[in-house]
Amino acid sequence: MSPRFLIPLGVFAALVVVLAVGINHSPEVGVLQSPLVGHQIPDWELPILTDPTKTLGSRQLKGQWYVLNYWGTWCIACREEHAALLAAQRDARVQIIGVDWKTDNPTEDSDALEWLAKLGNPYSQVVSDHDGRTAINLGIAAAPESFLVNPEGVIVFKQPMGITPEVWKREFLSRLPPHSTVPPATPGAS
Amino acid sequence: MLPELGHFALILALLLAGLQAFFGIVGPAVGRDRWTAAATSAVAGQFVMIATAVGILVYAFVTYDFSVLYVAENSNSALPLMYRIAALWGAHEGSLLLWIFLLAVWTLAVAIASRNLPERFAARVLGVLGVLSFGFILFTLATSDPFRRLIPAAADGHDLNPLLQDPGLAIHPPVLYTGYVGLAVAFSFACAAMLEGRMDPDWARWTRPWTTAAWAFLTCGITLGSWWSYYTLGWGGYWAWDPVENASFMPWLVATALIHSLAVTEKRGLFKSWTLLLAIVAFSLSLMGTFLVRSGVLVSVHSFAADPSRGRFILVFLGLVIGGALTLYAWRAPLLKSNAGFDLLSRESFLLFNNILLVIAAATVLGGTLAPLIADTFGQPTLSVGPPYFRPTFLLAVIPLLLLLSIGIHASWKRGRLEAAARPLLVTLGIAVALGAATVFGFYGGRHALAIVGIGIGSWIILSSLLDPVDRLRRHLSLSRAVLGMTLAHIGMGVAVIALTGVESYTSERDIALSAGASAEVGGYDFKLLGTQPVEGPNYSAIRATVVVSRDGRPITTLFPESRTFWVQQQTRKVAGIYNRHGTDLFVALGDDLGAGSWSLRAQIRPMITLLWLGPLFMALGGALALSDRRYRLARAEARAGVKTPLGAAH
Amino acid sequence: MKPMLVLIAILAAGAPLCAAWALDPARLTDPALQARYEVLIHELRCVQCENSTLADSDAWIANDVRRQIREMLTAGKSDQEIKTYLVSRYSEFILFRPTYSWRNAWLWLLPVVLLLLGVSVAVRIIKQRTRLVDNDDADVLPS
Repeated sequence: MSPRFLIPLGVFAALVVVLAVGINHSPEVGVLQSPLVGHQIPDWELPILTDPTKTLGSRQLKGQWYVLNYWGTWCIACREEHAALLAAQRDARVQIIGVDWKTDNPTEDSDALEWLAKLGNPYSQVVSDHDGRTAINLGIAAAPESFLVNPEGVIVFKQPMGITPEVWKREFLSRLPPHSTVPPATPGAS
Repeated sequence: MLPELGHFALILALLLAGLQAFFGIVGPAVGRDRWTAAATSAVAGQFVMIATAVGILVYAFVTYDFSVLYVAENSNSALPLMYRIAALWGAHEGSLLLWIFLLAVWTLAVAIASRNLPERFAARVLGVLGVLSFGFILFTLATSDPFRRLIPAAADGHDLNPLLQDPGLAIHPPVLYTGYVGLAVAFSFACAAMLEGRMDPDWARWTRPWTTAAWAFLTCGITLGSWWSYYTLGWGGYWAWDPVENASFMPWLVATALIHSLAVTEKRGLFKSWTLLLAIVAFSLSLMGTFLVRSGVLVSVHSFAADPSRGRFILVFLGLVIGGALTLYAWRAPLLKSNAGFDLLSRESFLLFNNILLVIAAATVLGGTLAPLIADTFGQPTLSVGPPYFRPTFLLAVIPLLLLLSIGIHASWKRGRLEAAARPLLVTLGIAVALGAATVFGFYGGRHALAIVGIGIGSWIILSSLLDPVDRLRRHLSLSRAVLGMTLAHIGMGVAVIALTGVESYTSERDIALSAGASAEVGGYDFKLLGTQPVEGPNYSAIRATVVVSRDGRPITTLFPESRTFWVQQQTRKVAGIYNRHGTDLFVALGDDLGAGSWSLRAQIRPMITLLWLGPLFMALGGALALSDRRYRLARAEARAGVKTPLGAAH
Repeated sequence: MKPMLVLIAILAAGAPLCAAWALDPARLTDPALQARYEVLIHELRCVQCENSTLADSDAWIANDVRRQIREMLTAGKSDQEIKTYLVSRYSEFILFRPTYSWRNAWLWLLPVVLLLLGVSVAVRIIKQRTRLVDNDDADVLPS
């Protein structure tokens, strides 16, 4: 066999390797990897869903671990994720702050309250993002997306899609200190 | 009851495909003539079984059988009949069944035509096709059974994706898949030759018509998809270098190289192993396209719902089939040598350039499409690759190709003698440049001066292609269908180049906000919104706008763009209003309700757009004409008369 | 199974938004800024419908990002500052045109390398075949 004629087979083998890796990594391939991971979470401050006169923000949460979860009632995948979030809440290892992302749903606020009442509320606190500016500032591309933030305010992990029980264990719990618990709710700032 | 029969029919088809593969490949290898003959019978049986399965699924759709999961997911009681049938290929499982069906059709066609081929060779071809059939049916039965039941049956279906509820989309997949699957025939012919350990002197002549046919279908399929996305998706774009679009374009590029390479192999017995390799690569790209769309590896507006486990299956299948073929190639191809020679400026030379440039273009598109994956394999952050990458890199390979085309068609075989053609070529070049300048400076006021290049190149191709045929007609000589076909196809290429240049350079497009009675000017035309009204369709509610288009104060047409919201899936699809005026499209699409009776609209003026559809149509017609040439039918007559084709060394 | 369902759900959720297309008549009053705006939205990717530009996408996030760009332009930011901001949030993926860097070099060099390879192959084959041309008496099949 002349070596020249083996080249196509060699190129093809390399291609198969790339595609196989692609399958194993999918569905993360093509999903944006956030450049913010490992950096300070950009300052955010949003009104609390149940009492919009008060706000909650990254400044008040300094010193605590928290998960920031972007969701919306219009989002089918968030519905899928909901059960996993309730289970995570039962773990009680870290507080989950929900951000209700309004986008173009005019009744999102009331829809969100209804959703939480009907399906259960896995969040320690829920804030609203009405104009979407915070979403862009945090590099949110779609819902649901979640950040794990440490007490120094650094994003240690971002889940660019829905959280599942496996992902919760593998990526979130593994990064928390062994005896972390949910602190009493941080009071909103007026 | 019937769906279970359909499932059973597929199982039988699987067994028959296995037998076809076994008898077709092993029979000739061990010299058992009865086995060799059995391959053909298996083909007929397999076709009957698959046709039955398809028929049953179509029946399930037509009769609203929502106890079948696939029907429940893709149909609805309010879905019109045409789309209930087209829903067959609306999602993954059904489109696989379509693939299998078309493979059975091509295989049957080959089996019928193979009466004129040496028996053992034909059996091998059918055997390889059987292997492919087996793999696809196995994949379907194992992971994507379209006959799965939904128990209890749904009260009503989830409806066909609104995007697909359109006549253009109804026909695009079958035509495109016919092309994809047709390349399997060239692949099988190549594998048969490699299994035999020799290339019959007539091998290229046998393979050419099949390849040209598949190529013509691919051309039509790709163009249909492009045309459909132009008028449906609402922004008037016809090509986005989307991964799935690229997945259909790459096999087309390689298939184009293949039909040219086959010409050299047939005429002079040259490029034999290269032609074999191209046949393998063309079909491999087809298969890879199938993989990319269904595996979740690439995100695209076109993808079917992703499923990594399906992706793994296809990848294994891909690995075995293509890996096997390429191993065969590495083993057998070195035996195929030729001592023929040719001059620097001979036709062989130009076809060599043609092949090299087309392969470079295909490789570039492949690299760009897989770049995010490759980056990921090496742990790099995802690469961003879109039109700003593909356009310049594609043109880098294609512009030299197009220039050489005009010259190369005048080169003679073996001895390059371009002197006779030199003057006519220069004259036509001058005319082409003049035409380009006239268009750019005369019609378009000198905007986008670079368009002279595109229009010039396209015009030169057309004029150069006409030189020989016109000359022969003047001298009252006959023109074979092969030459006519080739001329028509090349003219189609020239037309497409002109169209692309014109559309890309001279499209005017604006988003406008209008209230009833207001108008705005776009590209020299006035668009006036008269008003909007609600409209009901068979399974949707729509808002229809009435837009009057005028020029210089005189109304030209009234357009009715719509925004349709489909009841079941609550999705919206836009239908643009398009009017064609002397080859230019006046295009308007409805946007959002801005409140207070005001709406946003996108208006476009698209010059030369008609040529964009006409060019590929000419190419496909040219191909069809060429493959009907008498020399392919001559072979049949000879074979029937019992004339043996000569064996032995190449010319 | 679950992650797959999630992905299918995401794609299903995203699909209708991506299948539609954008119509955003919002314009900036300053024509110079408007011109820069139009160039920018054609050079940036919609982060949800990943194969559309910001100009062509109807997704709500695209709306928001376009508004962000308009606000940054009005606030006097340069094109580079705007791109840097978005890249810092969404990674280089948001740029439709890959940047020229050592990491991407292979992608941009690919066509050039292939072309050089092609030329060398052509030269070798033609040299070989022109040498054979006088030795071979083989007929050319009549056309």
